[in-house]
Amino acid sequence: MATPPLDDAFDGVRLHVVTGKGGVGKTTVASALGLALARQGQRVLLVEVEGRQGISQTFGVPPLGTDEVRLVQDPSGGELWGLSVDAKAALLEYLQTFYKLGRAGGALEKMGVIDFATTIAPGVRDVLLTGKVYEAVGRTDGSRRGQGAHVWDAVVLDAPPTGRVARFLGVNEQVADLARVGPIHAQAESITRMLRDRISRVHVVTLLEEMPVQESADAVAELVAAGFPVGAVVVNQVREPVLAGPGLAALTGEDAEERVRADLALVGVRNGARTVGGLVAEGRDLAARLALETELSDEVAALGHPVLRLPSLPGGTEDGGVSVLADELAEQGVR
Amino acid sequence: MARALPSPMDVDALLADRDTGIIVCCGSGGVGKTTTAAALGVRAAEMGRHVVVLTIDPARRLAQSLGLTELDNTPRPVVGVGEEAGGSLDAMMLDMKRTFDEVVLAHSTPEKAAQILANPFYTAVSSSFAGTQEYMAMEKLGQLRAEAERDGTWDLVVVDTPPSRSALDFLDAPKRLGSFLDGRFIRLLMAPAKAGGKAYLKVFSFGANLAASTLSRVLGGQFLQDVQTFVAALDTMFGGFRERADVTYALLKEPSTAFVVVAAPERDALREATYFVERLEAEGMPLAGVVVNRMQVLAAPGLSGSRAEAAAEQLDDRLDEGPGPGLTASLLRLHADLAEVATRHEARVARFVTSHPGVRVSTVPAGATDIHDLDGLRTVAAALAG
Ligand SMILES: Nc1ncnc2c1ncn2[C@@H]1O[C@H](COP(=O)(O)OP(=O)(O)O)[C@@H](O)[C@H]1O
Ligand SMILES: Nc1ncnc2c1ncn2[C@@H]1O[C@H](COP(=O)(O)OP(=O)(O)O)[C@@H](O)[C@H]1O
Ligand SMILES: [Mg+2]
Ligand SMILES: [Mg+2]
Repeated sequence: MATPPLDDAFDGVRLHVVTGKGGVGKTTVASALGLALARQGQRVLLVEVEGRQGISQTFGVPPLGTDEVRLVQDPSGGELWGLSVDAKAALLEYLQTFYKLGRAGGALEKMGVIDFATTIAPGVRDVLLTGKVYEAVGRTDGSRRGQGAHVWDAVVLDAPPTGRVARFLGVNEQVADLARVGPIHAQAESITRMLRDRISRVHVVTLLEEMPVQESADAVAELVAAGFPVGAVVVNQVREPVLAGPGLAALTGEDAEERVRADLALVGVRNGARTVGGLVAEGRDLAARLALETELSDEVAALGHPVLRLPSLPGGTEDGGVSVLADELAEQGVR
Repeated sequence: MARALPSPMDVDALLADRDTGIIVCCGSGGVGKTTTAAALGVRAAEMGRHVVVLTIDPARRLAQSLGLTELDNTPRPVVGVGEEAGGSLDAMMLDMKRTFDEVVLAHSTPEKAAQILANPFYTAVSSSFAGTQEYMAMEKLGQLRAEAERDGTWDLVVVDTPPSRSALDFLDAPKRLGSFLDGRFIRLLMAPAKAGGKAYLKVFSFGANLAASTLSRVLGGQFLQDVQTFVAALDTMFGGFRERADVTYALLKEPSTAFVVVAAPERDALREATYFVERLEAEGMPLAGVVVNRMQVLAAPGLSGSRAEAAAEQLDDRLDEGPGPGLTASLLRLHADLAEVATRHEARVARFVTSHPGVRVSTVPAGATDIHDLDGLRTVAAALAG
């Protein structure tokens, strides 16, 4: 099945929201995407919001805080910066900026008010988190918002997992009942407007396994229904099979074991029933898995969004693995 | 160097022991907690026990195989399991919001309950408070156990735990919700409700006043009023809340409970398993053992990876003029890859076993595809039983 062109997911996009089932590689893919864009000369901000320090681990830098930190300076002139947004700090900063609280901020914190406001009303927490992203996307070097050039060519958000992402982005709906008026309410509206705009895309990361594909399909449907533009589906950790096409077909033949036995004899490998049967069984297991993967690939394609495929790195993502994935994204046309 | 070999759990003895009343399967996300819980349930039922399995977020096809087609928060019999042995298996899927609603209904007057259920903060907290799912899993476990004792319907409750990133969330979330409700500001908000209603700002200290007025400015006046109604309403059932969480927590320490920590043969999952094992010990909670799931197992274990690789090259040489690598060479390469993975998995398990000498460790092979039916569960259970 033909999927739409990749440009649909990247052309003119300045905010990339990356989600996926927990553990499929959201942080890795968000990092690789940020790096791919930076290597093409862009100034990119990579933001995480769950306090897991995934970015610092991925790039092997000290834990990120509330300040933007440069992660990579590329010869192309591009730069990748990182930021870990924390709701409590954002609320304090927010109160400071708009209400000049001074020391009262500390008092609020001590009373547990900040904790309170950011936990009892997850919507409020999410407004604060997405609010920082909103600010970064709109930030310009002029004296006012909207004046001058954008400070960030692109912002990549390592978002919450598929199960929570639509709610997270739908801050407007979330706070509609909780904070009916006031600045938080107003800000939620602006944020939601930006997230639904054509400068934003939500990319969904998956593996070719049953549950992640199922969750991706659910998330895509939910995001579309909520009016958030879905970008690419990124199939992560794709393993290139050593055995494909004709080889697999040969396995199903009745003489498969006979052929293997004869070949092993040629090269002097012991060819008892256990080894021969075992090798063929391993091949058939692979065939079964590949059949399932094909089925799942079709399901992914049927979602109707451009598909990117990233290889499974044998040595994991440490030691420059993210860089390999970034090149892979660029090669597949991400810009 | 000789590898430390795991000494496996005696799963059949655990399941056959009538004193085993609760089995909790925990571990980090995606490692196979639900699969393990369901497999243990099937095996126990087929040994003649009357089992109820509480699953959380099962894969869709597995849920269908268990007859869990609706999320109605009630255990349903799984047909075709255990009848011959005189046992039975019931299964259910946790509905977090509904469980929370039930708690509210059970612990307050109908008017109060209606007030709480309609409050926007209740909706937010009950469906997305970090930890609500863990808390409700705990709550449901308590309910099932109570029902089992009261009606004698079940003699074994097997529980799965929520798909959190960290294995420890399950133990910590109820306390987190509790300490949140114990927070100073919440207490202050509740105090005036006790003192009798509307004049709340008067009894607030200066600090609380400042806090309240700041929040009102930022979030709108209605916000605080809604919070206050919610908190006040919650207050009436608060005692019950806390008590039940404590009772369930205590239940988890009883010798009739068995924790099964599930992990994958990967670094992160085994690290989480370590945290969990240590935590259970610190809490005095009984650990049955660790399951390392999805181990790569070779069907042709007699052939080493390096020998297979070399043989593949020899075959390639012979077929130089042929149409690409032959079937056998490909199978040999596949075997070499699998052997490498298998060696890595074994090494990880060996390291875990060495550093946890007293802990029983069982392994379950990775199936070629997902585990989505009763036979798949039986195979997993058989592997678990060794
Ligand atoms: N393409 C890949 N190849 C190999 N390992 C990967 C790949 N993508 C992710 N990983 C590994 O998988 C694990 C989970 O990835 P991570 O990005 O942290 O997931 P998430 O943010 O979705 O929880 C990490 O250990 C990471 O190194
Ligand atoms: N031993 C196994 N072999 C193959 N697939 C497995 C195995 N154990 C679990 N799975 C699959 O892995 C996925 C996650 O398992 P699940 O039990 O739902 O994990 P958890 O409950 O820990 O999140 C499911 O699709 C399941 O079928
Ligand atoms: Mg992550
Ligand atoms: Mg599960």
